[in-house]
Amino acid sequence: MTIYIHEWKQNQKSLWIWTLSVAVMNIVCMMLYPQMRKQADSVSEMFSQMGGFSSAFGMDQVNFGDALGFFAIECGNILALGGVMFAALLGIGMLAKEENLHTAEFLLTHPVSRNRVLVEKLAAMYTLLVVFYLVNFAGTVISFPCVGEEIEWKELSMVFAANLFLALEVSSVCFALSAFLKGSSAGFGIGIGMLFYFLNLFGNISDQAEWVKYVTPFAYADASTIIAENALDTKLLCIGAGYLAVGVVIAFWHYSRKDIA
Amino acid sequence: METVIQTEHLTKNYGKARGITDVSLRVNAGEIYGFMGPNGAGKSTTIRSLLGLIKPTGGTAAILGRDCVKDKKDVLSRIGYMPSETVFYKGMKVKDVIALSAKLRGKDCRKQADMLCERLRLDVDKKVEQLSLGNRKKVGIVCAMQHKPELSIFDEPTSGLDPLIQKEFFDLILERNKEGATFFLSSHVLSEVKKYCTRAAIIREGKVIAEDSVEHLISGNARKVTVNGLTRLPEALEKCAKKVTKDGDQIHFLYQGDPKQLLSVLHTQPLTDLLIEEPDMEEIFLHYYQ
Repeated sequence: MTIYIHEWKQNQKSLWIWTLSVAVMNIVCMMLYPQMRKQADSVSEMFSQMGGFSSAFGMDQVNFGDALGFFAIECGNILALGGVMFAALLGIGMLAKEENLHTAEFLLTHPVSRNRVLVEKLAAMYTLLVVFYLVNFAGTVISFPCVGEEIEWKELSMVFAANLFLALEVSSVCFALSAFLKGSSAGFGIGIGMLFYFLNLFGNISDQAEWVKYVTPFAYADASTIIAENALDTKLLCIGAGYLAVGVVIAFWHYSRKDIA
Repeated sequence: METVIQTEHLTKNYGKARGITDVSLRVNAGEIYGFMGPNGAGKSTTIRSLLGLIKPTGGTAAILGRDCVKDKKDVLSRIGYMPSETVFYKGMKVKDVIALSAKLRGKDCRKQADMLCERLRLDVDKKVEQLSLGNRKKVGIVCAMQHKPELSIFDEPTSGLDPLIQKEFFDLILERNKEGATFFLSSHVLSEVKKYCTRAAIIREGKVIAEDSVEHLISGNARKVTVNGLTRLPEALEKCAKKVTKDGDQIHFLYQGDPKQLLSVLHTQPLTDLLIEEPDMEEIFLHYYQ
């Protein structure tokens, strides 16, 4: 547990900066809902004229005048993008930072196996992400009664569960890449997060790019789709679980053999 | 005598870049062993192979009878290591780094750590990023010694330490050595090796070019000769003389040959003064390196 606790402590600042930033943005956004509800008809009409742009952000699937629909369109993207950025940065730096900052020589010359290092770092990373989503879930749940709306437990739970899974998958893929990297890796992580995000937008706009939903985890975490269909896409979640598992296996396979220079 | 470190033809090939080739070393229990070589000679590669940070491409390395690759965890539990670049996690206090190191070993080393911090005059409440190189080295020393390991490996331990702390560091080493601990010191500071090490090896371009007692490494056949009253080296000595330097009517050279021949040749020369002495470590060092 020593490495787990150490990693947890090391990432506290980052955890709370990201968590509170995203939570505050989402709460502020929800506070705008009562005002936007009054203009719902005109906004919906505007969205209907926006064509592909409207599809890209799922505006064509839910009702903007409805609290849950408003949450899906406005907060869903903040949550997904914020969560993925945090997950990607965590994952990509988790192993690479030790070599980049020359602390690997300290850590790995203690009697701890590399597999133990990986297990505890992975567990710490997943815990940080769970905390991120739990706090954000709490913030969202609180914001609904604040704007005079009932809490839609099932739908909100599904959106947050899918987003948590999205973050776990992205962080695991980045964790695998982190095992190969030595230098500064933050840009790489942000790049991967953005790539997945824009691939999903691309897939939402074009019918010919439907295949991207099997590549980008944003496809199964899209709040508008989950709320519109009132269900999670288990097929895409299973594919995501596959990517997650492959990422973890690659990380273990490579890092346990890697020369630490 | 028990062997603490044994490498047999240890080789690490980095492809185009040179690593180490056929490094065979033997460090016995209770020794303070010096490991010398210029930058890039392969000292750190050898140490990293011993610590299991890199996998050798050939040969074997064993510490305390255990294989450094297969039994890495067991090996690491019995040794202490201080890298040349002592870097710790930003934001942590010195005391937290020392406690983390002890926890990673699953040991309560507080008593020993307190003693080491006091003797090395280390402020444990400072954050690691506020520390100078010397103070970071002190943290590294505490982490490497607080669990009283059977073997300590130090890579350039004294660079950045002030003379008083250097002395305290070697006092600590000598005390632990009296208790039976073995030390492996990679160093550029030849006076340290000469003063504290019993045996030493010299590595150059990835290969061990000499391994012997420090006494033998210093003595060997070579003698440092200073002759006054001559403007050029006698021809009969040219074959056995190395590193010849002239300073007015004074000539310095390292003589590696029959001492009788040296004396008989010099006897015929109009010299005004003669000094024959053991070469110092710097000269031995350069002699092996060049």
